[in-house]
Amino acid sequence: MANLNLTSENIKRISGVDARKCMRCGKCTASCPNFEDMEYHPHQFVYFIENGKLDKLLESKSVFKCLSCFACVERCPRQVEPAKLIEAVRLTVIRQQGANHLLPDEIPAAIDEEMPQQALVAAFRKFTK
Amino acid sequence: MKYSYYPGCTLKTKAKDLDIYARSSAEALGVELVEVKEWQCCGGVYTTAQDEIATKLSAVRTLMSARDEGTDLVTVCAACHNVIKRVNDDMRNNEYVSTRANNYLQAEAPYAGETRVIHFLELLRDEIGFENIKKAVKNPISKKIAAYYGCLLLRPSSVMQMDNPENPSILEDFIKAIGATPVISAYRNECCGSYFAVTDKSIAKRNSSKFVDSSEKNGAEMILTACPLCLYNLKQNGGASVPVVYFTELLAEALGVK
Ligand code: SF4
Ligand code: SF4
Repeated sequence: MANLNLTSENIKRISGVDARKCMRCGKCTASCPNFEDMEYHPHQFVYFIENGKLDKLLESKSVFKCLSCFACVERCPRQVEPAKLIEAVRLTVIRQQGANHLLPDEIPAAIDEEMPQQALVAAFRKFTK
Repeated sequence: MKYSYYPGCTLKTKAKDLDIYARSSAEALGVELVEVKEWQCCGGVYTTAQDEIATKLSAVRTLMSARDEGTDLVTVCAACHNVIKRVNDDMRNNEYVSTRANNYLQAEAPYAGETRVIHFLELLRDEIGFENIKKAVKNPISKKIAAYYGCLLLRPSSVMQMDNPENPSILEDFIKAIGATPVISAYRNECCGSYFAVTDKSIAKRNSSKFVDSSEKNGAEMILTACPLCLYNLKQNGGASVPVVYFTELLAEALGVK
């Protein structure tokens, strides 16, 4: 990632989130059904973005562990909306050439007769550009 | 009562029951659902990024179409509902998104979020009324049923405005209206694992089995949902040993139109 300052500004702009509102209570992480699968937890996304440590997040698989369930958004007492930051970081990653997280070749092995189309459409929208 | 109706792709394929029984129940209740003309896939999930305009356009087209018909828009799939309602909120309140979407669409009348979007459950509760549903029931469903909300109907509550996001009751009230007994389970408003069914099944398994285990422990004989992906996860990844069904199927059964 060439210019971290620029990327950081971009993440603020596309997420519309003001990370400075966070009071570090950790409720977002406590609410997150996937926090144990994440190297960096929702409150750390907020903290790292506020403190310019974006490089850690961009390199971490944590961006691909968010369910977009919005529990963190609903339960944050300061309306910080951590899920929007995670989405902005993930998009920053997959908008780079060759950085897609889900490839069409992987699909045949991942699906079965019952799986609804919605699952595939959603997974591609979240993980692929 | 006449409404525009958006079924969505999955309801035309894997989740036909959700759609078919919504239509037959609506007809039995005297509600006319007119399918939106030339609708497109909603995209499955809402994208929160403000610069993602293209991914929101199909929802805007559907919303405009309902506006041009002069009707409210009824959805029944929880995922479509979430996407369309959130895009509608953007068109109302997010100038960055609405300006760009309107510039792209170049419609005669720009869209500013005029359409009212209601989920089929809200149609039952707020337009018809659960009391009237109760009166229309021919075959009461005498079963203990656990309702699964998941995330999409409820969150973010500031936009969805369907129910209390932490202690919802619309599905339990529905269950009572069709003559059944609601069972309250833990994790009923937590995520089933969603699209991790594709990329990481262990996550979908862990999340959906928490709810399924709690429901079965509490004596549920059946599980109810409004989302095709929740239904899939609860069945395939949650290992439910009781039937998992769409709420519309049970409604049609109760109304005697199944
Ligand atoms: S819940 Fe909100 S205020 Fe608390 S740590 Fe998370 S983002 Fe910060
Ligand atoms: S939206 Fe993502 S980060 Fe927030 S609680 Fe859900 S899984 Fe965790």
